[in-house]
Amino acid sequence: MTDLLYSEEEEALRAAVRDLLSDHCDAPGVIARTESGTPHDLAAWKALADGMGLAGLLVPEDRGGQGATHREAAVVLEELGRAVAPVPYLTSAVVATEALLACDAEGGLLAELASGRRIGALTVALNVAPGGAYKVVRHENGALHGELTAIADAAVADVLLVPADDGGLYAVDADAVTVAPQASLDLTRPVATVTLDGAPGRLLGDAEPAVRRALRAGAGLLASEQLGLAEWTLTETVRYLKERKQFNRPVGGFQAIKHRLAQLWLEVVNLRAAARNAADALSTGEDVGVAVAVAQAYAAPVAVHAAEEALQLHAGIGMTWEHPVHLYLKRAKADSIAYGTAGAHREALAETIDLPAP
Amino acid sequence: MTDAAELRRRTAELLAAHPPATTDRLDFLRARFDAGLAWVHYPEGLGGLGAPRSLQAVVDAELEAAGAPDNEPRRIGIGLGMAAPTILKYGTEEQKQRYLRPLWTGEEVWCQLFSEPGAGSDLAALGTRAVREGDDWVVNGQKVWTSSAHIARWAILIARTDPDVPKHAGITYFLCDMTDPGVDVRPLRQITGEAEFNEVFLTDVRIPDSRRLGEIGDGWKVAQTTLNNERVAIGGMRLPREGGMIGPVVKTWRERPELRTHDLHQRLLKLWVESEVSRLTAERLRQQLVAGQPGPEGAGMKLAFARLNQEISGLEVELRGEEGLLYDDWTMRRPELVDFTGRDAGYRYLRSKGNSIEGGTSEVLLNIVAERVLGLPAEPRTDKDVAWKDLSR
Repeated sequence: MTDLLYSEEEEALRAAVRDLLSDHCDAPGVIARTESGTPHDLAAWKALADGMGLAGLLVPEDRGGQGATHREAAVVLEELGRAVAPVPYLTSAVVATEALLACDAEGGLLAELASGRRIGALTVALNVAPGGAYKVVRHENGALHGELTAIADAAVADVLLVPADDGGLYAVDADAVTVAPQASLDLTRPVATVTLDGAPGRLLGDAEPAVRRALRAGAGLLASEQLGLAEWTLTETVRYLKERKQFNRPVGGFQAIKHRLAQLWLEVVNLRAAARNAADALSTGEDVGVAVAVAQAYAAPVAVHAAEEALQLHAGIGMTWEHPVHLYLKRAKADSIAYGTAGAHREALAETIDLPAP
Repeated sequence: MTDAAELRRRTAELLAAHPPATTDRLDFLRARFDAGLAWVHYPEGLGGLGAPRSLQAVVDAELEAAGAPDNEPRRIGIGLGMAAPTILKYGTEEQKQRYLRPLWTGEEVWCQLFSEPGAGSDLAALGTRAVREGDDWVVNGQKVWTSSAHIARWAILIARTDPDVPKHAGITYFLCDMTDPGVDVRPLRQITGEAEFNEVFLTDVRIPDSRRLGEIGDGWKVAQTTLNNERVAIGGMRLPREGGMIGPVVKTWRERPELRTHDLHQRLLKLWVESEVSRLTAERLRQQLVAGQPGPEGAGMKLAFARLNQEISGLEVELRGEEGLLYDDWTMRRPELVDFTGRDAGYRYLRSKGNSIEGGTSEVLLNIVAERVLGLPAEPRTDKDVAWKDLSR
């Protein structure tokens, strides 16, 4: 039976990550960083990856990783979501890592990603669902040509994993390509355009199974990030509404408000069960297709709803740049597209569970 | 220390001494109660062994595998879920000995005389009076929405014993004999056509003081035990994927391709996902209970099931098209069991409307979640320091 709880070790891991993030990723710091030329927090990344060894959770020990499972990675992502931390964890330690785990010829790249010394990015647009169509580059005379857009965290990647038109997945050094940041809705997980103009690439293996595996893990664990995000917005809104007074009463004492927050709490409770189920399924390999699709079909609307309610219930202050709720709304909305929309996941589910369309 | 191995041993002993195939059903249930395997978390001598509640599953699984009879838990749900834990907590030794065994075996069915025409969500506003006369209390009033009253031998009853104090302070809790003179049970025909509920009129009903549960004036506190257990019971269900209300509608979808439309497909998939997620939440809650770390999720389960049941059954009526214009049977019946899924789509649609009203309205439950789980302030109270008799009604 699926284990939907957190183990003591997982709770200890959560506490350690939360501690670290409270030092590195406080809201004013994250907001200030979004306006600098380097929105990513590489000091926080170094502390997480190098200091705590968390970039290698999904990599077996004999390949240079920690030999943990998706359950532990999910706990890390909950905390990263709670802090809207601008670190390339989901893209490098989960998605790029999973792509490499599917390849025989990855060389020492997996160990490098696991150590956190290098950051990887799969050059598939962030909106592509597992099993969805993605853009490839042209492979010609041993070099790669083409332009790829909406590549998450490409700006900080040291190595890009690039699918090409010959069916191969290639490792390309970031130095050999042009990465141009795009103005992104999500300020804390920005996307970029990657242009390859005769870049040399090293063949890793078949792109198709690697991309499918990577996107499925990405979609499944994204639900945990969305859970952390939704939980922060709910907790913070409840805290604020206990303090904030109007009409000589705490705003949180009005029934119209209480019911909305209780409703949101229900959704977050449900999301936790769905996200834990997806993480557990990814770790055991059982029922993965349904578990991931259910989690993603449910998670995105809840995270967006939570962030939208947080903004509305903070009222005027919620519309300001100085309050962090906008970071959460932007992340939540971008997450609702990332690795497939809820609708795309429902569509995939329809086939799996035998509820065919007319 | 009673652990799983010990419970398996005791269960095997019970089965050896009373083989289910050759033992009378009631004899088996009584023997099971006396062996402490009825509800293992109850004390010894009262059907239990003082074991952790989570170990009940061990016993149930062994007995089910051996083909042992159960006590029809759905038929006696009010007794099991509400009366029993309250009697256990507040009853005298005599009361526990007298009531718990026939309650558990199902020989005596219980009902609950709480709600009144003027006191539903504001339950503490109730007006049924109990006046002391010697060793008896004389009860007059009217109760409503009483399921099982027509088959019940006993009732848990709350009545006003002091109208001169604020409403919560003047209530006392009784065990009422439904066969006593003055107890009049009348069917209350519902939107579905049947009479699953009743009205109960109490006219000069004499209840001996020995059937009072808890102290005089303490009835509200005692009732809290009853009501909290009512909501806990809802979270304990364990359903397979596509169990519950989603089951019949996906079956129809698969068997009847001619009924499919794109709009219904989108809505069905959304509800399928929500049903699955609710099932996972219930499973997570169960795992927390087993691990000895109960969470507050139970408070939300009833809300979620009520909404889902209503949306899914509503969709199902639409899916059936021309058949959705029909209804299976409007006969006025008085069922002994509540059956949410056993009848046709139209019945399920109409019956599920009650899911957000019975056992606490969704609005009241949202308040409870907001105040007890999220810690938000309560609404200002205008009735707190006013004697019940001075409240406007």
